[in-house]
Amino acid sequence: MTLQLIVFIVLALFIAVCSVLAVTTSRILRAATYLLFVLFGTAGIYFQLNYSFLGAVQLLIYAGGITVLYVFSILLTSSQGDKAEKLKNGKMIAGAVSTLAGLVICLFVMLKNQFLPSHFVHGELDVRTIGHTLMGMEKYQYVLPFEVISILLLACIVGGILIARKR
Amino acid sequence: MEYYLVVSTFMMFAGIYGFFTRRNLLAMLISVELILNSVDINFAVFNRYLFPNELEGFFFALFAIGVSAAETAVAIAIIINIYRNIRNIQVKNLNEMKN
Repeated sequence: MTLQLIVFIVLALFIAVCSVLAVTTSRILRAATYLLFVLFGTAGIYFQLNYSFLGAVQLLIYAGGITVLYVFSILLTSSQGDKAEKLKNGKMIAGAVSTLAGLVICLFVMLKNQFLPSHFVHGELDVRTIGHTLMGMEKYQYVLPFEVISILLLACIVGGILIARKR
Repeated sequence: MEYYLVVSTFMMFAGIYGFFTRRNLLAMLISVELILNSVDINFAVFNRYLFPNELEGFFFALFAIGVSAAETAVAIAIIINIYRNIRNIQVKNLNEMKN
């Protein structure tokens, strides 16, 4: 029972409870708050895997940017009916049953599968390596996806303004 | 390693359940965020445990975070536009596209 195992168990329980609450609570603002907690837990998992840069990106972009966007749009669009409308019981049960079936099948396949021999290598991934890999043009280096995602973000900004502007 | 995968599978199916049962566009978008996030966990875990000397999963998770940010921004712009047209974002009221 090492400290790492205890931290992982706490994070796993936190993520599981918050993700279930995020999809079952009836007020949508609470759902956004639970989503924020799930994203924090995910960042904790990245930190535990020694990927500090990925955890920081997760905290900055997801927890800092996307959640603020969600909260703003929820406050803009939910005027009076902030309670979720009641779904029919049959549809709710059908969704739950199909989800549980899929979960059981996926867990069964995953736990029966023989993975490659796994070993955990300690040690932080230093930022110099990340930068050289992100900006290099050799094999296994990623300058082309970097440029493509910059164009994607530019198109996303222009499209967002174009869709949401007042006419 | 399997315990991380169990956590991400659970999170993904929570998202799928929310996508099936919620009837609000923003709640469905929150469920989609849960699904995308669980896939990012899988990439990072596979990279760390199976191929610890390479960086493919790390960069795939990084770019997936960027792409999901773009997707969320455009989807929220569309939802706000829908709200401006029909004053409501419930799915059952979305039966006409013209306007």
